[in-house]
Amino acid sequence: MKLSVPLRRRIPSIYIVLLLFYLAGWVLVSLFGRGTWLSGTNLSNMAVRSVALGIVAIGQTFTILVGSLDLSVAYLISVVAVMASYLMQGDPDKVPQAILIVFGIGVGVGLANGLIITKLRLNAFIATVGTGLLMQGVLNASFENFAGAVPASFQDFAYGKLGPFPAPVLLLLLIAALAAFVLERTRFGAHLYAVGGNRSTARLSGVRTDRVIIAAHVIASLMATISGLFIVSRLRAGAPWVGPDGAYDIESVAAVVVGGTALSGGRGGVGGTLAGVFIFSVLDTMFNQLGIDPYLKQVFRGLIIIAAVASYSVRSRETAA
Amino acid sequence: MALSTRTTPFTRVLRKPLKMVAAIPAIYFILAALLIWISFENPNFPQPEVFLAFLRRATPLLILAAGQLFVIVTGGFDLSVGSLITLTVLGGALLTDGNADRTPLAIVTLYLIGLGVGIFNGLVVSYLRVSSFITTLGMLIALKGAALLWSGGAPAGYLPDNFRIFGRQNLEGVPYLGKVPYAVIILVVYSLVATYLLHGTNFGKKALAVGDNPRAAALSGIAIPRIRIAVFVLSSISAVTAGILLGGFAGVSMNVGDGYELEAIAAVVLGGAMLMGGKGSMPTAIAGALSLRALFTLLNLLGLPSPYRAAVQGLIIIGAAAYAAFRSQSES
Amino acid sequence: MTKNLKYLVLSVILLALVVPPTVLAQEGGQPKSSSEFFDPEEFARQLALLDMEPEGPADQPWLQAIDPEWVDTTQYKKEAPWTICFSNAGNFNPWRVVGFTTMEAEVELHPEIANFVVTDAEGSDEKQIGDIADLLATGECDLLIVSPMTTAALTPAVEQACETIPTIVFDRGVNTDCPVTFISPIGGYAFGAAAARFIVDNLPEGGKVLALRISPGVDVLETRWAAAEQIFMEAGVNVIGVEFTGDDRATARSIVEDYLERYGEIDAVWMDAGATSLAVIEAFEDMGVEIPIITGEDQQDFLVKWQEEGLTAIAPTYPTFQWRTAILAAIKILSGEPVPKKWVLPQPTITNENLAEHVQPNMPPQHYALCGCEELPGFPERWGGKPAN
Repeated sequence: MKLSVPLRRRIPSIYIVLLLFYLAGWVLVSLFGRGTWLSGTNLSNMAVRSVALGIVAIGQTFTILVGSLDLSVAYLISVVAVMASYLMQGDPDKVPQAILIVFGIGVGVGLANGLIITKLRLNAFIATVGTGLLMQGVLNASFENFAGAVPASFQDFAYGKLGPFPAPVLLLLLIAALAAFVLERTRFGAHLYAVGGNRSTARLSGVRTDRVIIAAHVIASLMATISGLFIVSRLRAGAPWVGPDGAYDIESVAAVVVGGTALSGGRGGVGGTLAGVFIFSVLDTMFNQLGIDPYLKQVFRGLIIIAAVASYSVRSRETAA
Repeated sequence: MALSTRTTPFTRVLRKPLKMVAAIPAIYFILAALLIWISFENPNFPQPEVFLAFLRRATPLLILAAGQLFVIVTGGFDLSVGSLITLTVLGGALLTDGNADRTPLAIVTLYLIGLGVGIFNGLVVSYLRVSSFITTLGMLIALKGAALLWSGGAPAGYLPDNFRIFGRQNLEGVPYLGKVPYAVIILVVYSLVATYLLHGTNFGKKALAVGDNPRAAALSGIAIPRIRIAVFVLSSISAVTAGILLGGFAGVSMNVGDGYELEAIAAVVLGGAMLMGGKGSMPTAIAGALSLRALFTLLNLLGLPSPYRAAVQGLIIIGAAAYAAFRSQSES
Repeated sequence: MTKNLKYLVLSVILLALVVPPTVLAQEGGQPKSSSEFFDPEEFARQLALLDMEPEGPADQPWLQAIDPEWVDTTQYKKEAPWTICFSNAGNFNPWRVVGFTTMEAEVELHPEIANFVVTDAEGSDEKQIGDIADLLATGECDLLIVSPMTTAALTPAVEQACETIPTIVFDRGVNTDCPVTFISPIGGYAFGAAAARFIVDNLPEGGKVLALRISPGVDVLETRWAAAEQIFMEAGVNVIGVEFTGDDRATARSIVEDYLERYGEIDAVWMDAGATSLAVIEAFEDMGVEIPIITGEDQQDFLVKWQEEGLTAIAPTYPTFQWRTAILAAIKILSGEPVPKKWVLPQPTITNENLAEHVQPNMPPQHYALCGCEELPGFPERWGGKPAN
């Protein structure tokens, strides 16, 4: 793919930014804060913090690359978390069945989003805000509170360790690697970039654009489903507000664009997204250990998003010129 | 049905009026149907006082939708308005601190903040080439943080009564109507000005042209950055106005603006605007916003449990957008 | 043809979105109702606690405990100076802001607390779990205080903390008794019941009651409504509506205007929290309707209005002084002094009789009267107030 050349050039730069944030955190925390910034535990805590958002953001990368958007992920996470704990009811035997059903829901929601956007020609923003509201309404009407819980064994998913590495972090890296492979080494990945780059050109060159877009939405929903399962395994029980409270819709889009994927589609990749997620986690930990008001962090976050995207667009104009 | 009897003389006479009816945007029928339905559920509703109170409740959203439409016709979004409302209300209380003498200066300051936010959004979108979605998403997060940082996380200070007049008080002794809320007067003026700006001025034509085809607009000599900055400023000014009205209506709370950005966009879509820009009508956008509010009032009257209201809102948004997409396709 | 196909696609999609969660939710039995939260034993227990005389100094309610069962803490005794860590669910409403300010002021009174390390989870369970892990990882905390976001979700994290350091939980609870002490006022049933009983006692025959709640599903709020619902049911009160305000004043006010237009008058408004009480009152005022019996909380804006207008009102409280208690308990534990296993704090109710004691016009509108902070350093400016005249 010729499109992956600027992409390759871009990924290192965001990792340099991530490194700078990390070092800034180290300096500031050593000077003014407390705790041991460089310790392994701190690092692994930072990584675990990134898992829930990281998985959703990887899924979001697919929709944004293809030129679409999914703002319903936050509510899908809630649906998955609540349904999983409701279906499992603390019984290990019911785990496989529950997982199967929530993945079914995930596929269904992804299909629905994709079909509405492609077949009804709705703007992705409006379509997914709509399906998100729909899920929120149905969920709130059906469940009022923590309905059931996941069995203790299922919590190993979130709290387990493989050697010194937390299991969920390995899962995140595995998913990221898989996603990167799909995007860069498969025909589907090439089609995804092509459709996101220029839909009509892609169609003319024989790509079935609608299918690619629908597939991207199914992938985003599946990732949200995995993230929902991770969250419920961490929280033991799901609640209708876990998704919107984590603002996974806005945050995942933010992480993707901070990571250098263009909102208009066709440019970017999973590596950048992961760096974007890690930057937010470093910021969280840094503010924690410095004991600074989180409101200030929100201001920073907002400005970082704008600044990051501005830097990409300015640079892409320079290279184009 | 009219189609099958097209040839009878009777319908020939009627054809022109029928065509005219068909040309009326669907949102007006929806709005009329909703208002009539509400009147059945609540016979008091058509009384001027009750209806005007309903309008007053709807006013902040209507004004916000009017501002949002300017951005949307140029092909952008403004997601920052929800947080700007919160900033206005919390900031208004901090600036006045219950002191009526400080109200004029506070209001001017708030509008200056709005102006600044609008210019910032416009500059970033125009010159840094960040999409409006990302720019205003960043501002949505940053402004909420700024509002909470400024107030320390909890409302501090009261809004004095003269600040709250606009959202809370009425003009007394109006012929036929009795008392008319100031908010409704502001709404009427605002709607007229906004309609004129979009449909009656060169600026409005340019804004629509920018949304329709930016390249063609640039080639025809339109200063696109200036137009973009202007539409974001209009949207921010609308948000500050909505904030002043909401603060007056209900007092200070931290989450007052939450979700308004989506509601305003939904209202504009309901009013038939295309999100890709280039097409939109101010009266239908305002009617869309009013319909959204009427819908909530109706659902309330029908006793539908509130969780379902989100679901209904979702369905309506998808349905309206699908209808608009379908119509624009069959037109082209 | 394609048109029909499109509608078919649309309806299938909508069905696919709506049906599965609904059907699956219904499968397990009845749709959930709030009465499911009603636990008659706990209800009775809380009402009994309301009538009990607390132990401890009457002028320092934050040190009082109702029906305490003291536990020995000599094993946690440690030489000062201490580092006390606090995982806060967040400062996402004025109640929490007032409480946290009080807590910080209390810390200043104690030089033996060398460090007070705070993390703010911004209302997210997920972040709070990470925060607790961060705090434990520093290895510097001598004691951990947790104000959990959600009971079930924070349980594993608190269990983990208990294994290494003494832990205190306050406000919302967790599903484990591993913390050295759990501090909270009597509870939601007592809160909801106090307001509901007042309405039942003062309501005219056949009077109409509107109930306004913040949001469904939050257990500390569900118990408030469950108790009120029970009392209203027993008394045969005509509840014309139960609505959710999302803690937003404009929403609350719009709901009240809608109900007033439909019913002409409302005789009482029951509220599960006081943040929007003033907006409700203003709705009645501006519609030119008599202000009904109303319930609120100890926010100043409500109390001031109540006094000005001579309302028929009551304000059960969920005192913010418990944030102070958490620090005082930490000091006791690190000094090896006994603390109650369940530290139940008094939960005073503000009535017409004692209203004047709690009105503080110099404090901000959303200041909570029962902060127990009047003697703390920096009062009143630190809480946003002006010096009292």
